[in-house]
Amino acid sequence: MDIHEYQAKELLANFGVAIPPGGVAYSAEQAVYRAAEIGGSRWAVKAQIHSGARGKAGGIKLCTTEDEVRKAATALLGCRLVTHQTGPEGKVVHRLYVEAAVPIERELYIGFVLDRKTERIMLVAHPHGGMEIEEIAKSEPETILRQVMEPAVGMQAFQAREIAFGLGLDPAQVTRMVNILLGCHRAFRDLDATMVEINPLVLTKDGRLLALDAKMGFDDNALFRRPQVSELRDHAEEDPREAQAAEYGLNYVALDGEIGCIINGAGLAMATMDMIKHAGGQPANFLDVGGGASPERVAMAFKLVLQDRKVGAMLVNIFAGINRCDWVAKGVVQAVKDVGVEVPLVVRLAGTNVEEGRRILDESKLPLIQADSLEDAANKVVAAWKAKKRET
Amino acid sequence: MAILINEITRILVQGFTGDKASFHAQKMIEYGAKVVGGVTPGKGGQTHIGLPVFNTTKEAVDAVYPDASIIFVPAAFCADAIMEAADAGIRLVCCITDGIPAQDMMVVKRYLRRYPKEKRTMLVGPNCAGIISPGKSMLGIMPGHIYMAGKVGLVTRSGTLGYEAASQMKDLNIGVSTSVGIGGDPVNGSSFLDILARFEEDPETEAVMMIGEIGGPQEAEAALWVKENMSKPVIGYVAGLTAPKGRRMGHAGAIISAFGDTAAEKAEIMRSLGLSVAPSPADLGKAVAEALAKRPSRRAVLTR
Repeated sequence: MDIHEYQAKELLANFGVAIPPGGVAYSAEQAVYRAAEIGGSRWAVKAQIHSGARGKAGGIKLCTTEDEVRKAATALLGCRLVTHQTGPEGKVVHRLYVEAAVPIERELYIGFVLDRKTERIMLVAHPHGGMEIEEIAKSEPETILRQVMEPAVGMQAFQAREIAFGLGLDPAQVTRMVNILLGCHRAFRDLDATMVEINPLVLTKDGRLLALDAKMGFDDNALFRRPQVSELRDHAEEDPREAQAAEYGLNYVALDGEIGCIINGAGLAMATMDMIKHAGGQPANFLDVGGGASPERVAMAFKLVLQDRKVGAMLVNIFAGINRCDWVAKGVVQAVKDVGVEVPLVVRLAGTNVEEGRRILDESKLPLIQADSLEDAANKVVAAWKAKKRET
Repeated sequence: MAILINEITRILVQGFTGDKASFHAQKMIEYGAKVVGGVTPGKGGQTHIGLPVFNTTKEAVDAVYPDASIIFVPAAFCADAIMEAADAGIRLVCCITDGIPAQDMMVVKRYLRRYPKEKRTMLVGPNCAGIISPGKSMLGIMPGHIYMAGKVGLVTRSGTLGYEAASQMKDLNIGVSTSVGIGGDPVNGSSFLDILARFEEDPETEAVMMIGEIGGPQEAEAALWVKENMSKPVIGYVAGLTAPKGRRMGHAGAIISAFGDTAAEKAEIMRSLGLSVAPSPADLGKAVAEALAKRPSRRAVLTR
């Protein structure tokens, strides 16, 4: 789960990370009020969407008068921001963060990640903030500083000092930096984060170290024990179908193609999507119905997939292990009758009780196409989709 | 032979009296696995599906001497259950449960390392379908009947894609020595490499199929190990060619976030290190058959 910049800053501030004064705003009037509340004469009005690179996309505006703040807020609220992380459809701005703009001496990068190679929390730091770490990793990988945390004891002060000195900070600033790094690590551990990134962490002209931007991601598997994190969820940032799917215990990811998929198991789902591509089509979605594919769940899956208007054909691929094919077949028949499927439907069943399952599909007299194997299924669904496209 | 489990492996079920555990314990027993009892704290002394229930794993170890355990307890309590099994001296632990927090797994892995190597517990999973040595024993939740006994080792992240591979192989009359599901989590117990090393040592296994997916460095690490250490042919496949960057594809670990995480990159690494890679998921069985036909006689190597 991801959260907004202002939420991440609030959380990190509780762990001793210094941030510029700021406040959230849902309207232009509120934004102006926030600016007045903060005081001073320079403010940044920042669009709050779950994406980095907002500055480049025009989502951050520097203002020097209240009138400018009002204009910036009016322009940003409701607009659709497109960054390389949002995809071409972009994201609509519903919230703003108004923050005091600070005079910057230096920009630094720090990020904590769950490193899959070492299977530990890793700190990555770089003396030049503002850029994306992926770009730095490509252009000058040798300049990246790293520390790996021992899970039994957590991050130690010496590790933070090594980073602080490595970034070329003055001894006076090192202590502050150590506190920021240890605070971020505590936040990572105590809140079950998967990512804490401050980019840039700035050294101001008056010698302060402040988090100018902050990004946090959290482990979905740990939200059950982090209510203070799960309440920060912003439903407007999520694909409504994915949120709906999650409520029914289905795993759904919307994609760009035309062939809707319902499959059991994440690996088989990915492989089936690969096979669709191999056969000349593109999957419209990833959908794992899970182990206990009850008729209700199958029906819900059909509804979800068919909400996507792009879907021109559907493929159901179930390898029944714990499930039985006859049971799944009943679910499919019921779902097709209840939901009404107007696109070609290919069903491939395999595993336990497969003959019985196929018989149920045959006897239903529904206009569905049965397939014997993964290859057969992908070929048939792509052919059916192409035939339908020619008709229309 | 086979690896990890066989007909004499004594199995303990943790979280024994739950619905899922009861169902799968029955299935394991029907398959021929030697289930010797289970643990549910607070229900010690009872009998469940004809077998003794214990309060703690230590009590179970003292009474029924299990070699392996299978864990069905809810995700929030799994880290505890795995550590309890390790502390009781059970050398093989297979965790089926899905949804364990990643930081819990970090702590578990650190905990397992407190024992010297010769006494260390091997963890398989979590979020996996388990282990089966066809015709011998099953420590998992797979449909046993789709596996034919034979000489090809199978190691996969995904459960159902493993079923697909096993059934494609069966259709071509190719059997499996042992199939191991290592699970779809970002931090997991045994890696591809750990399992490949076992298959390399197993005289009954003549080739190995390894099925990975997007996300993480384990497939590439294993491929490098194969090139440097393995005498047996390894056939690879990586699922998720169509997966977009930054989206989690069902499994907690199936996400493209770093360089080398994509299916295409991993398949290319495998190929460049000399593994044969199945061109599509419909060719898993065929790719194994081709590798077996092409391979030089291993007899000499095996009998030395």
